[in-house]
Amino acid sequence: MTNELSYFLGIDYPTWWFLIVGAVFSGYAILDGFDLGAGAWHLFFRKEESRRIALNAVGPVWDGNEVWLVIGGGALFAGFPVLYASLFSGMYIPFMLFLAFLIFRAVSIEFRSKEKMKWWTQMWDVAYTISSVMLAILLGVVLGNVLQGMPLDENHEFWGSWLSFLNPYALLVGVTTLSIFMVHGAIYLTMKTEGRLFVKVNRLLWWAIGFFIICFLVLSITTLIYLPHLSDRFFSDYWLFIVPVLMFLSIANIPRLVTKKKFVHAFLFSALTMSFALILVAIELYPVLLLSTSEVSNSITVYNAAASQKSLGIMLRIAAIGGPLVLAYTVFVYKTFWGKVKLDEMSY
Amino acid sequence: MDVEVLSRIQFAFTISFHYIYPPLSIGLGLIMVIMEAMFLWTKDQTYSMMARFWTKIFALTFGIGVATGIVMEFEFGTNWATYSRYVGDVFGSALAAEGIFAFALESGFLGLLLFGWNRVKPAIHFVATVGVFLGSMFSAVWIVVANSWQQTPAGYHIVGEGMNARAEITDFWAMVFNPSSVDRMLHVWIGAFLAGAFLVLSVHAYYLIRNRHVEISKRAFKIALVVATVFSFAQLITGHHSADGVAQNQPAKLAAMEGHYDSLAVADLYLFGWVDQDSERVTGVSIPGGLSFLTHFDFEEPVIGLNSFKKEDRPSQVNAVFQFYHIMISIGMALIGLTALGTFLWWRGKLFESKWILHVFAWSVFLPQIANQAGWFAAEMGRQPWVVYGLLRTSDALSKTVTANQVMFSLIMFSIIYLILFILFIYLLNKKIKHGPNDKELIDVRTHQKEIADVIAS
Ligand code: HDD
Ligand code: HEM
Ligand code: HEM
Repeated sequence: MTNELSYFLGIDYPTWWFLIVGAVFSGYAILDGFDLGAGAWHLFFRKEESRRIALNAVGPVWDGNEVWLVIGGGALFAGFPVLYASLFSGMYIPFMLFLAFLIFRAVSIEFRSKEKMKWWTQMWDVAYTISSVMLAILLGVVLGNVLQGMPLDENHEFWGSWLSFLNPYALLVGVTTLSIFMVHGAIYLTMKTEGRLFVKVNRLLWWAIGFFIICFLVLSITTLIYLPHLSDRFFSDYWLFIVPVLMFLSIANIPRLVTKKKFVHAFLFSALTMSFALILVAIELYPVLLLSTSEVSNSITVYNAAASQKSLGIMLRIAAIGGPLVLAYTVFVYKTFWGKVKLDEMSY
Repeated sequence: MDVEVLSRIQFAFTISFHYIYPPLSIGLGLIMVIMEAMFLWTKDQTYSMMARFWTKIFALTFGIGVATGIVMEFEFGTNWATYSRYVGDVFGSALAAEGIFAFALESGFLGLLLFGWNRVKPAIHFVATVGVFLGSMFSAVWIVVANSWQQTPAGYHIVGEGMNARAEITDFWAMVFNPSSVDRMLHVWIGAFLAGAFLVLSVHAYYLIRNRHVEISKRAFKIALVVATVFSFAQLITGHHSADGVAQNQPAKLAAMEGHYDSLAVADLYLFGWVDQDSERVTGVSIPGGLSFLTHFDFEEPVIGLNSFKKEDRPSQVNAVFQFYHIMISIGMALIGLTALGTFLWWRGKLFESKWILHVFAWSVFLPQIANQAGWFAAEMGRQPWVVYGLLRTSDALSKTVTANQVMFSLIMFSIIYLILFILFIYLLNKKIKHGPNDKELIDVRTHQKEIADVIAS
C-alpha cells in the first residue's frame, strides 16, 4: 500500500482494525466458547430432563453468540481482504468441515426436541456433541496454523498441500481449545442448573480443569521449544511478560473460585483467560498476520493486507456506533434470561 | 469439470438454497409485527394466538436461514479469493455494517422473540419482534447494496495492475447509492413480503378448507391478503424501475432478457418465447416494438442488441436469462390477478364461501418462491461473464490455490447436508401446520406470566 497512514490517538488505522478484529474474536471465543463447551458435555448427562435443561441453558443465546463469528468474518474481510482471501482459500477443507459442523449443530439444537422418540433425541444428542467438539477443535487447528505460519508465494497465495493443515502442533492447539471451552462451558452450566444435575456438572468441571491444565502446559512448552519466533518479542521487551503472568494468575483463580462456589467469578476468570490467550497471540504475531514459512518477505502483515485508509476510517466509524449498540442488547438479553433454567412450552 | 464451473455451481446452489429462507423470515416478520400490533391495539387474544403460532414457524425458517447464510459469507474467501482481494475494500464495509447493525440486532432480539413470550410484557415482546424484523430488513439492505455494486459499480477507483489490481473506495455514499441499489432493494424487500404473506395465506386457506381453526384463520387470512394485494401491485412498479435501470446501465443484460440481438432493429416485448442462440432468433408471442416503447417511449426506435457486444462480453446463456426473466414476470402478473380477485370477493363478502379460491391460495405459496429464485437467476446470469460488471471477469475471480477435487468434495458435502436439511424442514413445517395454533395455550397466559415475572423479580 502506498497511501499515507492515518492515525487516531497516535495509533494507525490498520493497527486499530487489528485490535478490533482481535476483540471481536475474543468476544466470540468467550461467548460461543461456553455454548460449544456445554455442547461437548451434553452426552455426559444421562437423563432426558437433564439434557433438555443443559440444552435450554444455551437455547436463547447460542444464535446470538454465533453472530460474533459472522461479525468477525466480516471484519476480517473488510479490514484485511488479503488475509481473508489467502487464509480462507488456503484452509479450504478445514473451513468447509467447519461449516458442515456448524450446520449440524444448529440443526440438532433446533430439531432434537421436536419428536419424542428415543432414537430421534439420541441421534441429535450425538450430532450435537460431535459437532460442538469438532467446531472447538477446528477453531484451534486454524489458530494453530496461523501461529505456525504457512507457505505463501509473492502474491500472498498459499501454495502448500491441502493436507498440511493437519499437523501435530495445530492439533495440539485444537485440543487445548477444546479443553478451555469445556472448562468454560461447565462453569456456565453450574450457573444454570440446580439439584443433582448441578452436583454432576460440578464434578465434571474438576475433570475439565485438570484436562485443561495439562493441555496448557504441554502446549506452552512445545511452543517455546519448536516455535521460538513466537516468543522473541517477549525477550526483547521484558515488560510484556506481564501478559503471560496475568494469564497464569487468571488460570490459577479458576479452581480457587470454584472451590469457594463463586461460579460467576470463576466464569469471568475463564473468560479472562481466553482474552489473555488471544492477547498473547496478538503480541506474538503483530505486525505479522500470517507468517510465510517459505520466504519471510511474502508474509501477510497488518499493513500489506489492510484495506485503504479511507475504507478503514469509514469502518472505524461504523464500529464506534455499532459496537456499543451490540454490547447494550447483548447485556439486555443476558439479563432477561439470567438465572436457572425453567422449561416451558416455548423451550427446545 | 474445472474449478470455475464447480465453484459457480456450488455458489449458485448454496445461495439459491439460502434464499428459500430469508424471504420467508422477512415476510413472516412483517406479518408477525402486524399481528402483535393488532393484539396490543385490540387486546384480543386471537391475535396473540396467531402471532405465537407464526413465531414457531418463523423460528424454523430463521434457523435454517442463519445456518446456510454463514456458508455464503465464508464462500467468498474460500472459493472466490481473487474476487475478495479485488473488491474487499469496497465490499467489506457493507458486509461489516451488515454484521454489526443487522445480524446482531436480529439475533440479539431473537431469543426474546422466541422464548420471551412468558417472560416479558407484551409491549416489550412487541419491541423484540420489531427488532428482529428490522434486523432482517437491514441485513437485506447491505447484502443487496453489495450485490448492486457488483452490477453497477460506483464510488471507487482502481489501483495496482494485473494480479494486484483492486478497487478502492472513494465515496462511501456513492457506493451505497449506486445506480441500481435503491430499485433492487425495494424489489427484493417486496419479493420477501410476498413470500411471507403467501405462506400465511396458504396455511390458513388450508385450515379453512379443512374447517379447522376457523375464527383465527379468517382474521389471519385477511391480514395477509391486505399485505399480499398491496405488495403485488407495488412489485410491478419496482420491477419496472429496475428494468429501466438495467436498460441504462447494463444494456447487454436487458438485451439478453428479451433475446434481442440486432442493434439496428426495433425490439419486441415477449409474453413468452424461446431463444435459439445459434440463429439468434426468438420464437414466441410478442408485442411488436414493445421493448422499444418501454425504453424510449417510441415503438419505432431501435434498442441496443447483443450484437453490439463482443462474444466474450455477452452472457453465454441467453435463453436461460430470457426464461427466468419471463417466469418472474408471468408470476408477478398472476399474483396481481389472484390478490385482486381475492380482495374483490372479500369486498362482496364471498371470500370464505368459494372453496375453489381457497384451494388456489393454498397452492399459491410456491409462486413467490419461484419468482424470487427466477429473479435472482435472471439478474445474476444476465451479469455474466462479469463478476463485477465491466471490471472483473468471473473466470479471473477464483481462488488460485483451490483444486477441482476440493470443490468437488465440498459440493457433494453441501448437496447431502442441504438435502437432509430440506427434508427436515418440510417434515417439521408440515408437523407444525398439522398441529396448528394452540387454542388452549391462551387460557391462563396472564397468570402464568405474572407468576414468572414474580419469580424473576424476587
Ligand atoms: C453480494 C453478492 C451477491 C449476492 C447478494 C448474490 N450473489 Fe449471486 N453471485 C455472486 C454474488 C452475489 C458472485 C460472487 O459474484 C457470483 C459467483 C460467481 C459469479 O459469477 O458471481 C454469483 C453467482 C450467482 C449465480 C451463478 C451464475 C452463473 O454462474 O452463471 C447464481 C445463480 C446466483 N448468483 C444467484 C444468486 C441468488 C439466488 C442470490 C440471492 C440471494 C444471489 N445470487 C445473491
Ligand atoms: C451472497 C450473498 C449472501 C451472503 C454472503 C449472506 C450471508 C448471510 C449470513 C452470514 C447469514 C447468517 C447471519 C446470522 O447468523 O444471523 C445470513 C442470514 C440472512 N440473510 Fe443472507 N446472505 C446472502 C444473500 C442474502 C440476500 C440477498 C438476502 C436478502 C434479500 C439475505 C437476507 C438474509 C437474512 C434476512 C438473514 C437472517 C436469517 C433469516 O432471516 O433466515 N441474504 N446471510
Ligand atoms: C411484476 C413484474 C415484475 C417486473 C417487471 C420485474 C422486473 C425485474 C427486473 C428488471 C429485475 C432485474 C434487476 C437487475 O438485474 O438489476 C428483477 C429482479 C428480481 N425480481 Fe422481479 N420483476 C417483477 C416481479 C417480481 C416478483 C413478483 C418477484 C418475487 C416475488 C420478483 C423478484 C425478483 C428478485 C428476487 C430479483 C433479483 C434481485 C434484483 O435484481 O432486484 N420480481 N425483476
